[in-house]
Amino acid sequence: MTQIRLAGRVPEQELMTSGHLACPGCAAPLAMRLVLKGLGPNTIVVMPASCWSVIAGPWPQSSLRVPLYHTAFETGAATASGIRAALDVRGESETTVMVWAGDGGTFDIGLQALSGAAERNEDLLYVCYDNEAYMNTGIQRSSATPWGAWTTTTPEGHPEASPKKDMLAIMAAHRIPYLATATVAYPLDLIEKVHKAHAIRGTRFLHILSPCPPGWKYADEETIELARMAVGCRVFPLVEVEGGGLWRVTLDPSPEAVGPYLHKQGRFRHLTEQHEAFIQREVDARWELIQQRVRDSGGAPSDWEPAAGIDEPSRPA
Amino acid sequence: MKKVMVGNHAVSWGARLSRVEVISAYPITPQTQVVEELSEMCADGRLDARFIKVESEHSAMAACIGASAAGARAFTATSSQGLALMHEMLHWAANGRHPVVMANINRALGPGWNIWTDQSDSLSQRDTGWIQLYCETNQEVLDTTIMAFRLAETLDLPVMLVLDAFYLSHTAEPVDLPEQEMVDAFLPPRQARYQLDVREPRAFGALVKPDAYMEMRWHLQEAMLGVPAVLEEIEAEWERCCGRRYGVVESYQTENAELVLVTSGTITSTARFVVDQLREGGEAVGLVKVKMFRPFPSAALRDAVAGAARVAVLDRNLSPGRGGIFAEELRAALYAGNGFQGPTVYGYVLGLGGRDVTPEVIEDIVRRTWRAEGPEREDLWVGLNL
Repeated sequence: MTQIRLAGRVPEQELMTSGHLACPGCAAPLAMRLVLKGLGPNTIVVMPASCWSVIAGPWPQSSLRVPLYHTAFETGAATASGIRAALDVRGESETTVMVWAGDGGTFDIGLQALSGAAERNEDLLYVCYDNEAYMNTGIQRSSATPWGAWTTTTPEGHPEASPKKDMLAIMAAHRIPYLATATVAYPLDLIEKVHKAHAIRGTRFLHILSPCPPGWKYADEETIELARMAVGCRVFPLVEVEGGGLWRVTLDPSPEAVGPYLHKQGRFRHLTEQHEAFIQREVDARWELIQQRVRDSGGAPSDWEPAAGIDEPSRPA
Repeated sequence: MKKVMVGNHAVSWGARLSRVEVISAYPITPQTQVVEELSEMCADGRLDARFIKVESEHSAMAACIGASAAGARAFTATSSQGLALMHEMLHWAANGRHPVVMANINRALGPGWNIWTDQSDSLSQRDTGWIQLYCETNQEVLDTTIMAFRLAETLDLPVMLVLDAFYLSHTAEPVDLPEQEMVDAFLPPRQARYQLDVREPRAFGALVKPDAYMEMRWHLQEAMLGVPAVLEEIEAEWERCCGRRYGVVESYQTENAELVLVTSGTITSTARFVVDQLREGGEAVGLVKVKMFRPFPSAALRDAVAGAARVAVLDRNLSPGRGGIFAEELRAALYAGNGFQGPTVYGYVLGLGGRDVTPEVIEDIVRRTWRAEGPEREDLWVGLNL
């Protein structure tokens, strides 16, 4: 396996502490750690109900070294709008207000408040760490759960019957200045996107795929591998949309089939070859749709150059 | 300076004089004039505040909570369905000890759709931990709005001021507008005890386990029970400033009264008129106005009705399966210590969904109460056309 040197490319400052309460192998704390490294200490975090409500630690503890406001499930973007307004009134417009929500708090119950904030173009960074189900309450399906997946509310014999909601397209339709996808398997790509989002005013949306060992049913040590495979097989393409319409693919490793990605996860154990073929067709179709959006928006290759010498897979030419 | 204005605009002027910093609201009849006027004030620079035009009342309260947590003076206004939608966040504001102030224009809940006055919306939020102050006149609305911020920020508790739809919200009355300088001295800029601050990072609202949750609720209860004393001081200071005070409970013509009416909101004004007339005719009738519903002023009310034999409570609200809510609360307050102490309570349910409560209706209630040999039932309905 190729070794990637992160020294000097990822800020050293740690704004998240050890002793947090995440499950072994959880991608969500790693995602938080990287995002906060990208944002720095002048950040306020708003956290609607999610696994992270527990990971952050019970009163009187906190695993974050920045201010943290825990809020109700559907109110991440609305609570953050209020904090933003108060900071602006005080003249603290340089402070970043970041919402940190799960897929339930973003795709489902929090979508109305998020749409409202995005439509008003509130000056917020909204991060969704997406583990593709209600994991904190014990693996119930959300509208981010992929087609065919087992959860406790889509049990064996009746797996998830709807495709995953296209959150990226929904947010792009709001024409916010910046949105992107990222995973913890490509930390430099993730941090570059955080830096980019940090430099922009208005609503910014970052969608991070966050593999979950107990929910997806795989071995704890395979989180990074699974996140890498999700990008490789284009189940979770790494893209960004700037200025309300300029689509780019930021990283596209040589394409792999979805089969190995599905086989690694117990939640897809019941799928047949036919099911896999269906998922492959869906993934291919969505990839083509993204390519189409890239072409439609000018087709210009990204002017963002990854730091020299990074041996992550390169962007498509 | 005196200015003729509707109750809704008295709310807006109260918020402006209080120099609110963040407003977040969603329109609903009959509250709309409150936010329209505040929008104008923000747009033309008379008020230096950020107005977040959210997509729902739920988000309005969430945004006020966020602003308050970040140290700002936050305000919203709503009615009925909007208040019901906020319910979850009302608990959040109180448990989080955020001194948000909100005006609620009393309106009935549907279905069927009904935009007229009815206290069931605010009274349904009884147990959320909000102080509730009911107003009788537009002057009281303006004064209460300003005092509400002082009260909220002194105790870190949210305050709801309440006024009747249309009978107050859309009725014009002369209102004495206090000078800004005087209000500034009475209500200095908010100094939050704790706030979201990158220089001093803290976590707010984290998981609280059974070993500490009860103590958190105890502190909330203690703060609520401290309201009457704090409000009395605040009102005394307001009276020194501009000569007006209201009290959590007001006794009117209760000396030697054998029958006392208990009212809240605009029904109080009509009842004052009726009591004056009956007193002229020699009837021993008095009136007690309840301004504060939460915390419930049990001691003040017990004292206020102690001398009467009969109390007629006029409830423009209903707890289905129970009856009028003020009557229920008063009955409970009269059970202090060793069983029931005090007058017989007649609980009248009237005026629901905006039905007019005229002097004749109230006179009729007085007659009915004199004649009765005890209440036939806990909820005595007035003016039903069945």
